[in-house]
Amino acid sequence: MSGETGPRKVNLKKLRPYGDIMDDGTVQLCFTLPVEPSPEAREAAVQFCQKMGFDPVKVATMEKAAEGFSTFVIYGNTKFSVDFTAIKVLKVDAQKRAREEIDEIIRTRIGRKLVVLGACTGFDAHTVGIDAIMNMKGFAGDYGLERYQWLDARNLGAQVLNEDLLKRAVEAKADAILVSKVVTQHNIHQRDLKDLMARAKKQGLLEKMIFVAGGPRVTHPLALECGFDAGFGVGTKPSDVASYIVEEFLRRQGVSLDEAKPKAPARKKGKKS
Amino acid sequence: MAHLSLDPKKIETCRKLASSIARPIEGLIQAHTTIAIERATLRLLGVNGAVTRNGQYYPEVNAIIDTLHKAGVLGQGVLHWFANGMIQKKMSAAELGSAVARGKVDLLKLPRAPEATVRAKARELCEQARDLLVERREQRDGIRRETRDTFDPEGKNGPLLYVIVATGNIFDDVIQARAAAQAGADAIAVIRSTAQSLLDFVPHGATTEGFGGTYATQENFRIMREALDEESRKLGRYIRLTNYCSGLCMPEIAALGALERLDFLLNDAMYGILFRDINMKRTLIDQHFSRLIIALSRIVIHTGEDNYLTTADAVENGHQVLASQFINERFASHAHMTENLMGLGHAQEMNPEHPNVFLLEIARAQMTRDIFPKAPIKFMPPTRHKCGDIFYSHLMDAMFNFVGVLTGQTIQLLGMATEAMHTPLLQDRWMSIKNAKYIFGGAKDLGADISFRPNGIIEKWAEKVLDETVAHLEMIHGKGLMKAIEERAFAEVSRTETGGKGHDGVIVRAQGYLNPFFELL
Repeated sequence: MSGETGPRKVNLKKLRPYGDIMDDGTVQLCFTLPVEPSPEAREAAVQFCQKMGFDPVKVATMEKAAEGFSTFVIYGNTKFSVDFTAIKVLKVDAQKRAREEIDEIIRTRIGRKLVVLGACTGFDAHTVGIDAIMNMKGFAGDYGLERYQWLDARNLGAQVLNEDLLKRAVEAKADAILVSKVVTQHNIHQRDLKDLMARAKKQGLLEKMIFVAGGPRVTHPLALECGFDAGFGVGTKPSDVASYIVEEFLRRQGVSLDEAKPKAPARKKGKKS
Repeated sequence: MAHLSLDPKKIETCRKLASSIARPIEGLIQAHTTIAIERATLRLLGVNGAVTRNGQYYPEVNAIIDTLHKAGVLGQGVLHWFANGMIQKKMSAAELGSAVARGKVDLLKLPRAPEATVRAKARELCEQARDLLVERREQRDGIRRETRDTFDPEGKNGPLLYVIVATGNIFDDVIQARAAAQAGADAIAVIRSTAQSLLDFVPHGATTEGFGGTYATQENFRIMREALDEESRKLGRYIRLTNYCSGLCMPEIAALGALERLDFLLNDAMYGILFRDINMKRTLIDQHFSRLIIALSRIVIHTGEDNYLTTADAVENGHQVLASQFINERFASHAHMTENLMGLGHAQEMNPEHPNVFLLEIARAQMTRDIFPKAPIKFMPPTRHKCGDIFYSHLMDAMFNFVGVLTGQTIQLLGMATEAMHTPLLQDRWMSIKNAKYIFGGAKDLGADISFRPNGIIEKWAEKVLDETVAHLEMIHGKGLMKAIEERAFAEVSRTETGGKGHDGVIVRAQGYLNPFFELL
């Protein structure tokens, strides 16, 4: 016996996956090799996992998924670890607020409706995401931006060309633009997003509007990389987006919503590009 | 099979309302043609080549129809010009098509044969085209007999296992399709590249790059059907092929699908209007001609009502789906389609956390089965409430499969655990098929062994949805279909009569409009 007196505590300096014992490093994997199931195929799967740093490797199953294809479910224990205390992640900088509170902030601090345009751009015809954020009904019990009294939210729908979106945004004097991208094959979403921001920069819109990207495969860092101000992924609720828009809008006016903090300077644009 | 006790009088009322709703549209169809119908007409005659424009293929039929449309002479029908051209130039349809598309022959500058001669020629051409479609249909039916085909439109042999492939590259699609068939799939759908529905031409040749799917082209159809024929023979089980007959080229895809022996086509009278913002008139006129071809070729259509539930709430809007199914049924029978070809669509999209969600889903699936007993009902899997939790997702699919087999659905599009993440990997499809086989086998006769409690939760829900459907159809009837769509009758989407894409391709038929396909198909 090891003489332990209680449950082992997590070591954040050396963080590993957890299965049933602290620090066991257990990972489940599933993949297909384009060869028929055979003892050799099994060995190939094991060696493949060993090369990825797993030891021991347990093949739970090897199934024939089709002629010439073996699908594996495998458990392996990794020796690698990460230093959790040293991790820095780019996050959307906004406190989550309720609809009523956001409306109240806009009413009292801004005194006019913020204009928000939303669209699925390029060839993308999947409006599920933008509809969930924009439409009155919202998503998972969280009302959409159209429902906000102090937002003038307009959903332009699917397959809006980048140039048209910016034209509409200028006409509407938009304060924020939401772009939804669902289709990601060959990274089409990144190309479209970058194209939009290049056009916006050329037209000098970066200071005037808040650019937000969203979609199941969109992350905040990816959005930043594409030149956007923020990115929202799967599970985002309309109030998450509204919270960010109002906070960022005020931040650009030199107003911080966090009373405890001193005024944050207006963010410089384009520094990431 | 357990049945719900739905009031047959209410169902009859729905059918009568749908018929009245469709009548003015049938008048509209009669009075117009479209550039897509005229292109499809030429394609059926065998004009299926392409010219090169800006380094890309552009179909000959588009080159020909563009010119005639610009000249404002399509009200006569393309055959008025083309049949005359064939007489004057003594060329076959393919030869003349090629020559006209390349600017070597100007159809408008040729001398005119007597009207009766042109009409007789057009009729002869269309009869030959019809005979070819019949030949292709019989060839397909022959392969079905030669292999083993257990498909029953009424779903008596259990749900058909239907999966999608979507690599963007037709040659990779073939690998994925073969693997799926070997794992047990009965039907393969090749998802189209996103937004192909908005192209006003059908791309040409084999394609290896697409976005979210693979372009629908005649050559891609042929490549995939050939592979599935081979796989069907090898497995001793007929594997069906599906593609998408929607968008601005609806009639042409129907023609190409019929020529290349497709089994299923997604085809909906209103989908393009609602979800692709294609002009109402264009869609309604196009769908009719596409369905004439489909009826002759005995292709099973799948309607798109499942989509309504991805934008409108699935618990609250069952009546929109049912109302639309009645309208789709009416338009299909107007195009001479028989019930066994009408794969009316719906979906299991309710919020999984809704109390008693399975009772409500069973009510919806069973009432669809009972109201359309002869139709090959197409049941679509959960997508809306799926996220990256593939284990939960797999469980949702299992319950969807359970509802499907219990209620006797005919065509079950199998859900993927990785829905909302990526186009399916080989193992995703394999896992999904294994799930379906297990549940379809294990609960094969459950539906026949139970009955629904009179006035129970399931029966009451079905009755409520049917009542709401009557009211919804009455509302649409009162306003007229186009006005009702404008006022968000379906899927919470609003469209206008002259808005949307493709409106300029709608043409009023002139006196003496020539297109014998309308009589022959």
